Amino acid sequence: MTVEVHDGEVDIVIAALQPNLTPFFEAWRPFFSRFHVIVVKDPELAAELQIPSGFDVKVYTKSDIQGLLGATSIDFSGHSCRYFGYLVSRKKYVISIDDNCLPAKDPAGVTVDAVTQHMINLKTPATPFFFNTLYDPYRKGADFVRGYPFSLREGVECMLSCGLWLHNADYDPMTHVVKRNQRNTNYVDAVMTVPLGAMLPVSGINVAFNREVLGAVMFPGLRIRKQGNHRWDTLEDIWNGLCAKVVCDSLGYGMKTGLPYVMRSDAEAGKALESLKDWEGVKLMDDVLPFFQSVKLSRNGVTVDGCVKELAGIVREKLAPKNPVFAKAADAMEEWTKLWKSHGAQSA
Amino acid sequence: MAATPSTPLLKDELDIVIPTIRNLDFLEMWRPFFQPYHLIIVQDGDPAKVIKVPQGFDYELYNRNDVNRILGPKASCISFKDSACRCFGYMVSKKKYIYTIDDDCFVAKDPSGKDINALEQHIKNLLSPSTPFFFNTLYDPYRDGADFVRGYPFSLREGAPTAVSHGLWLNIPDYDAPTQLVKPLERNNRYVDAVLTIPKGTLFPMCGMNLAFDRELIGPAMYFGLMGDGQPIGRYDDMWAGWCTKVITDHLSLGIKTGLPYIWHSKASNPFVNLKKEYNGIFWQEELIPFFQSVALPKEATTVQKCYLELAKQVKAKLGKVDGYFLKLADAMVTWIEAWDELNPPKGAITTTKGPAPKSK
Repeated sequence: MTVEVHDGEVDIVIAALQPNLTPFFEAWRPFFSRFHVIVVKDPELAAELQIPSGFDVKVYTKSDIQGLLGATSIDFSGHSCRYFGYLVSRKKYVISIDDNCLPAKDPAGVTVDAVTQHMINLKTPATPFFFNTLYDPYRKGADFVRGYPFSLREGVECMLSCGLWLHNADYDPMTHVVKRNQRNTNYVDAVMTVPLGAMLPVSGINVAFNREVLGAVMFPGLRIRKQGNHRWDTLEDIWNGLCAKVVCDSLGYGMKTGLPYVMRSDAEAGKALESLKDWEGVKLMDDVLPFFQSVKLSRNGVTVDGCVKELAGIVREKLAPKNPVFAKAADAMEEWTKLWKSHGAQSA
Repeated sequence: MAATPSTPLLKDELDIVIPTIRNLDFLEMWRPFFQPYHLIIVQDGDPAKVIKVPQGFDYELYNRNDVNRILGPKASCISFKDSACRCFGYMVSKKKYIYTIDDDCFVAKDPSGKDINALEQHIKNLLSPSTPFFFNTLYDPYRDGADFVRGYPFSLREGAPTAVSHGLWLNIPDYDAPTQLVKPLERNNRYVDAVLTIPKGTLFPMCGMNLAFDRELIGPAMYFGLMGDGQPIGRYDDMWAGWCTKVITDHLSLGIKTGLPYIWHSKASNPFVNLKKEYNGIFWQEELIPFFQSVALPKEATTVQKCYLELAKQVKAKLGKVDGYFLKLADAMVTWIEAWDELNPPKGAITTTKGPAPKSK
């Protein structure tokens, strides 16, 4: 399948958690330069951003966030600032990569165009109803294997593409501490659909999605008390991904994982020990697990927005009693649907 | 850093089951990897033909006459003139693990050019846990160099016991006949360096070409159905076993892995012959998949045999309307379990023998 990517259908959204973005933008220049780039500066970052010229870039800062949204219960600081970028984007697709990630090289030494790979993932069907043992059947050189039902070979639309990371993998702080020298060097040359009903941790480090359809569920809902700027001090993307998966499963959309890889720097590695004292994420995911394994949205939900409202209600009813952080998450989800309606649900 | 422990050979705990109608020349290439193990060869087709086994292998060989002698009337559940007969080998094995491979599968090379020891990788897969309850985006977390990613619940990190290791194939891909006809030249050249667990609740097409399993955990579910001579369907033996096995492993909280190891699949079977064999299957599977996706096993079904007999009941009740074949198949599923239990009594039970193992070296 050949896939065309039009300049006007993609926004690149970058959360700036560090001021000097020059090495980042220079490295990504071949792949970013034809698209509009939205940079959202972490409201708690004081220093001026450095961004090289030659990009069609718009920077949003704390005052833009406050100016547009006014008083909102959603905290857009740290990694959550990128979600503001989702609100102001007017494109069909969004690709978002952490600012400490550079393009990776594949085993042949070729630099990986993560943008194009994400777009291929989003523009070719997903196959959530039956697992194909040769992975993505639409890739060149592959197909559906013997025994794959023919009625399922059209697939469904893919709404979310979760990419991976070489070098500094996305581990929790325990794993970082125990395996402080471990680096991910395994380039797995596959894209695959995450099956219907299967839950997964979606990392926000390298992600792309269909904003027009999925935007209403792409929120920073879950904020742990000591949320920080290291990825291991956050779970907002994991929560977002679980909610998005439930909604995709309910509405018959697909989610893929695998390629593309990005090269994630060591910038965060080695400091995880400090986070262990307060890291409540350990327990939170175990509270959350049975909930997501059994949640079923009603058949009434036909829009993402409707599903999010329903899911927020169920979160409030079933999870909030366990931990106030979930009550806040339900609040944030409902607030997001309002913000999305006022500001996000528009196209170019 | 601790040295990586080497994978145990398990030479007294694993049997290699090979169905064949041709010859076993392919074993020469596998000799460095297979020689320590006991082979169970199940001869398909004309029992009068003599199958030559290369020197130096420890094996037992069964032809149709042996199957009939050992199973008596229950032999009706074993397919005739189809590689599905291989499941007889699973039944007569006395080992904990089975590796089964087709006789047109050879040693593949990894991207660095090194020969792949497929059996060693299967053993690694079987001896490390699976993760069916939550998908790990870095695939098998127990592999060297990998781990569980952020957000993976800690309560699930012990994993589930691995019942099946499903390997893949380079060169000739395992396509159905229509795809073979449309893409006769397509070769699988993509080495995907991953092992992953197929999530609970998800079905998959299990290929019997390069497959290993824990016989003690799941053996009775590995019935390869009624195929070949006298049957309206072929090339769905492993598929049938795979769907039954997945439903049962999901119910018993066991795991199935897929991915590495790769073998080199050398022979493309005739697509026109394949089309005739698969024809009914292509239509029937449209009914079979919803059946397997919605089948529910009662919580009282706590053993593989109980699960399988319950499945047989449901096949009879719900798939008979698809074709009368499924009524026969349901009966054969019951016969299989009876035969399995007879040949594999619980330890300490009294056994009856039906003659010595034939033609062992």
